[in-house]
Amino acid sequence: MSETTVPLTIAEHAARATPDAVARQVRGLSDRAIAWLFISPTILLLLAINIFPLVWTVRLSFTNFRANRPNAKILGVGIDNYVSVLTDPDVWAAMQSTAHFLFWTILLQTALGFALAWLVDRRFKSHGFWTTVILVPMMLSPAVVGNFWTFLYQPQIGLWNYAVQFLTGIPAASFSMIGSVKLARWAIVVVDTWMWTPYVMLICLAGLRSIPGYIYEAAEVDRASPWRQFWTITVPMALPFIMLAVLFRGIENFKMFDMVNLLTNGGPGSTTEVASITLKREAFEKWRTGYSSAFAIILFVTVFGLANIYVKALNRVKSR
Amino acid sequence: MTSAICAHSVVEPSGRSKSIAGSLVVVYALLSMLPLFWIFLTAFKSPPDSIAYPPKVIFKPTMDGYCGLFSTISRQTPEYIASLPPPTSICDKVARARNMVVAGPSNFLPRFVNSLVIAFGSTALSVLLGVMAAYAFSRFRVPGKDDLLFFILSTRMMPPIAVAIPVYLMYRWLGLSDTRSGMILLYTAVNVSLSVWLLKGFIDEIPREYEEAALVDGYTRLQAFRKIVLPQAATGIVATAIFCLIFAWNEYAFAVLLTSGQAQTTPPFIPFIIGEGGQDWPAVAAATTLFLVPILGFTVLLRKNLLRGITFGAVRK
Repeated sequence: MSETTVPLTIAEHAARATPDAVARQVRGLSDRAIAWLFISPTILLLLAINIFPLVWTVRLSFTNFRANRPNAKILGVGIDNYVSVLTDPDVWAAMQSTAHFLFWTILLQTALGFALAWLVDRRFKSHGFWTTVILVPMMLSPAVVGNFWTFLYQPQIGLWNYAVQFLTGIPAASFSMIGSVKLARWAIVVVDTWMWTPYVMLICLAGLRSIPGYIYEAAEVDRASPWRQFWTITVPMALPFIMLAVLFRGIENFKMFDMVNLLTNGGPGSTTEVASITLKREAFEKWRTGYSSAFAIILFVTVFGLANIYVKALNRVKSR
Repeated sequence: MTSAICAHSVVEPSGRSKSIAGSLVVVYALLSMLPLFWIFLTAFKSPPDSIAYPPKVIFKPTMDGYCGLFSTISRQTPEYIASLPPPTSICDKVARARNMVVAGPSNFLPRFVNSLVIAFGSTALSVLLGVMAAYAFSRFRVPGKDDLLFFILSTRMMPPIAVAIPVYLMYRWLGLSDTRSGMILLYTAVNVSLSVWLLKGFIDEIPREYEEAALVDGYTRLQAFRKIVLPQAATGIVATAIFCLIFAWNEYAFAVLLTSGQAQTTPPFIPFIIGEGGQDWPAVAAATTLFLVPILGFTVLLRKNLLRGITFGAVRK
């Protein structure tokens, strides 16, 4: 209050009349001002595109709103949506599909990825080139990958079925990876493993390379067998890296949508309907916006918890 | 020298174990490339060859796939085709051999252009925002820094479908659905987290002494940022940009839910390349090849920084 009543000095008038750009040239902004000037656009964007919608989702999750009937009366339904999500057998079936998918993809990718990293770490000739070749699948678009694997999985004419026939003698026309209730769950596991084993390999490789050579030399002096060295040095010291890879794959596959959507679209029936596919059906096919918002919040809280652990793991690896 | 007395160093594996490891890795690499190689081949097959049994490795290459991708064709009577002037392009020729005529260009090119515009637009924005925020986080005391950084990263972890529900409503309300600018804004918001985390790692590695010397010489902070930090961080900025580009290029969930025509990108378009009786596999394979080739190039460019990129800058080597 008092500041406005005090008459301005000439210097103050001059300071106020100076265009900002000129003033900055002369004085330079304070560090504090620069820090906020540089950070705030990012934070504002995230607030507008991520947080505002999130708050909106929370609000919608307590209503019976349907996005395809914008003019219908919106009623608050309390926690009914949450109750019906958590008691919905379809949701639990989706959770089961997700769990199956998560368990097998992570198991296979970790086993294969670690083995590959261990082999690459033998530093054979041109291992750099072959590592780059192996990394290619993980850089591709999961959606496009899902789509072209439907071609490889075609009964009879698909390359996968032909390869199975070639190796095992089971006729290529006798089974359909995508069409069969039994096999479809494995179809998505195979594609995800093909795509993401390189990811686990790359992180494991970093873990293996972070182990100093002198530890092995000391073990050799102590006449520890290679087997013992592997289990008492290699595995424990690479473990934080393996955990990092497992956590990240866990988060990503828990949200899995694009690859599965194009490969099986949840079918046949709902055998491969992972959580995100169920969510898409509820939100964009049945248009139960309130219900699906509640489901989205439940998924989000789960991922947020996992992300918290992930960042802790990141920081642990970072300090190595 | 016999191998018994020539004990190899522990750090350097023996020749035999190296060659066994090498051949196993090469076998895995070749097997994992097989699906991609198959798609590449299929793009040059004629539709009957593409669905032949047993699968054909040796075939007469045609342009059916690429022509089917870039043009729409329609079936005509042989008499009508005979009455036409001689074919003017290779696609005309290919189509007429199958009793078809080229009716016009397909939607593939506009979708591909959308992908390019949206990917480059959002990359430019997210790198710009990212480098500023990263610099501030790296150099200044920001209250609640760790919480802010975690908040920024956590936005990337959100399941896309969960975000898409309110974004869909918000975009409909703002008139941003199915627009390129809407998609650019959305992808920027997703990528900015990666961009901040990666660039912070790169900027942390630039010694502060350079800037401090410049400040002593009378540079303002902003001048020092522009003339000292940015050039030093150039490699990191390029690597970050490529990561953002790849994400935006590959993204599908938002694209399929929020775009339908005008702003549709390539990934949601490819599954809908339909020929006579189902998917036109040579054309789908051609689209897939064209879509994936830029990524192959980027993978090679990035190989030194891949690890950083996939761990948000935490693992450096």
